Amino acid sequence: MVDSKHQWKAWLYLAPAIVLLLIFTVWPIFNTVRMSLLEGYTTMKDVAGVSFNFGIGNFKNVLEYHGFITCLKNTILLCVLTVPISTFLALLIAVALNSIKPLQRFLQTVFFLPYVTNSIAIGMVFAAMFNMIIGGGVRPDSVGIVNNVLEAFGFDYVNWMNVGSEYWANIVVMVVYIVWNALPFKILILLGGLQSVNKQYYEAARVDSTPRWRVFTKITIPLLSPMLAYVIITGFIGGFKEYSSIVGIFGEKMGPVGQQYSLDTMVGFIYRAIGNNEGRASAAALILFGIIFVVTMINLYVSKKKTHY
Amino acid sequence: MKVVLQNLTKIFPSRNKKSGEEVVAVNDFTFEIPDGKLIGLLGPSGCGKSTTLYMISGLQKPTAGQIFFGDDDVTELPTESRGVGLVFQNYALYPHMTVKQNILFPLQNLKGADRMSKTEMLERATAAAKLVQIDNLMERKPNELSGGQQQRVAIARALVKMPRVLLLDEPLSNLDARLRLQTREEIRRIQRETGITTIFVTHDQEEAMSISDMIVVMKLGVLQQIGAPQEVYDDPHNLFVAKFLGTPPINVFEGTVSGGKLIIGEEAVLDVPGIADQEVYVGIRPEGFVPEDNGPMTCQLSSVEVMGRDSSLVSTHAASLNPLVRAIIDSDIKIDPAAETVNFSLKPRKVFIFNKETEERIYFEVN
Repeated sequence: MVDSKHQWKAWLYLAPAIVLLLIFTVWPIFNTVRMSLLEGYTTMKDVAGVSFNFGIGNFKNVLEYHGFITCLKNTILLCVLTVPISTFLALLIAVALNSIKPLQRFLQTVFFLPYVTNSIAIGMVFAAMFNMIIGGGVRPDSVGIVNNVLEAFGFDYVNWMNVGSEYWANIVVMVVYIVWNALPFKILILLGGLQSVNKQYYEAARVDSTPRWRVFTKITIPLLSPMLAYVIITGFIGGFKEYSSIVGIFGEKMGPVGQQYSLDTMVGFIYRAIGNNEGRASAAALILFGIIFVVTMINLYVSKKKTHY
Repeated sequence: MKVVLQNLTKIFPSRNKKSGEEVVAVNDFTFEIPDGKLIGLLGPSGCGKSTTLYMISGLQKPTAGQIFFGDDDVTELPTESRGVGLVFQNYALYPHMTVKQNILFPLQNLKGADRMSKTEMLERATAAAKLVQIDNLMERKPNELSGGQQQRVAIARALVKMPRVLLLDEPLSNLDARLRLQTREEIRRIQRETGITTIFVTHDQEEAMSISDMIVVMKLGVLQQIGAPQEVYDDPHNLFVAKFLGTPPINVFEGTVSGGKLIIGEEAVLDVPGIADQEVYVGIRPEGFVPEDNGPMTCQLSSVEVMGRDSSLVSTHAASLNPLVRAIIDSDIKIDPAAETVNFSLKPRKVFIFNKETEERIYFEVN
């Protein structure tokens, strides 16, 4: 306990952080709640002195708003698909990286590159990989590398993301992109976890002639479970906030040409409501917060049961 | 299971490639460990005792030489197929498993004909737990156990699959002094009950002496002496072994042999027939001193420590290599603590003479 005589010093040192947090975090949160409860709130009218009714009209508005269900569905679908896939792949890659000696450092760097690369730039590269430029005639003039690979294996071209592409194809593109983008961080965390596992557990397992698969499932996974829980929880939180990756690939219209907003997400919904109807934006933000909160609680509850020590 | 090490050598390559200094951790070991005995590998840190243990376990590969279990050459056999039980210095209990799961783990790995039914496994695990007296802690996790209890779990886990050889790496080093005494007796008892050839590593000579059937003394990767503890204590082959064994430690003096007499300082203290004239080191066990009024060896008395059964005479001597000379005598012999000097005669069997260059023992005839 700090001596009360010196307590003011502690507060002094904390002051810059507290002031910034109050201005940029606490007040906006409070303000979001306030705006969400004022029906039809917009900043312009507020400044002009119009008064708003207090109520849950904004929340109703969000739920009834056209496109909201699409946003919710897209967000949940992307989350449910990408988090397990990226976690599983990251685990495999981390274990593989951890078990090789030569080139380990080099490969670590390679796998970490997406993390330090601009996501819009990566989005453009992915768009090029999946793109198909339709020229005159029956055959497209140019197809992305993905279709070239499909062709090499004797499959037909797929229209991944151009005019007239199907929803599932768009989702595949998004899942590949999001998973690839999410891998580096997860690999980093899991590799760190693996490297901090006491080697003696593995030596003890060897002395006891433990088969490799059993070492992985009975020793590696449980000892890694706190890191796995962390990666999954942050993965879900990040997944529910998916937005920029879709803009990166499909552009601001969030869908293939002619199917605008077919890949819209919760954050996209909120973003577009700002400047138009802040009440609705705030209500949607709180709904998103509620969803993330509930999912995180479920995650924590499950991980408490499943993670060891 | 008899364990034989033949010309066993382990060389660690240098970490720094430029200086190129390799480390010879174990240098040309050859010895045989008889079946069903408890053997202590003893030496100061860095003497290669743990490396030897890990080579026997198979976790480290020898640079040269062979290892036999009975008549089987296991040198090239991976750890998994050697059938050894190993207790790590830090126990390496799986932290996410209960005591029961930890002990069951090696059994669940068994395959083919060795595979047991679930009830059999449980019986075996319970029996192992009973042997080390932790059968009441089966549902606990390792972090809910004391150091001593964890140690027992580690032994139970190593024993449960009935290993051909049980290996213990510094098994008592993480325990407090009282628990250490108790646990070493436990290890002795468990080894007797199971009859499994057991090799343990320690740097504590008292620990090794007290429970081993045989001790192997090592120094800087070189085998110094091997034998029953009392045998090695009574007949050290060189100065290192003499100094390493015994509490309080042996008293070492500089001396000369001249005309069959051992001279320490100015005094001829003992007849040593059969040794040529030369400068020597002299080791005298604390119990080798007999206070006698006209004894030939004179020391400057510092203090008398009475410890009940024995007394400890602490004195100084100009030729002593230790700062203090310590003699253990029967407490019935009364010594005046105020006296300036004390005179001793020496028990010839407690006096060891070593070559000054090689530090090897030079024997003399004892009548």
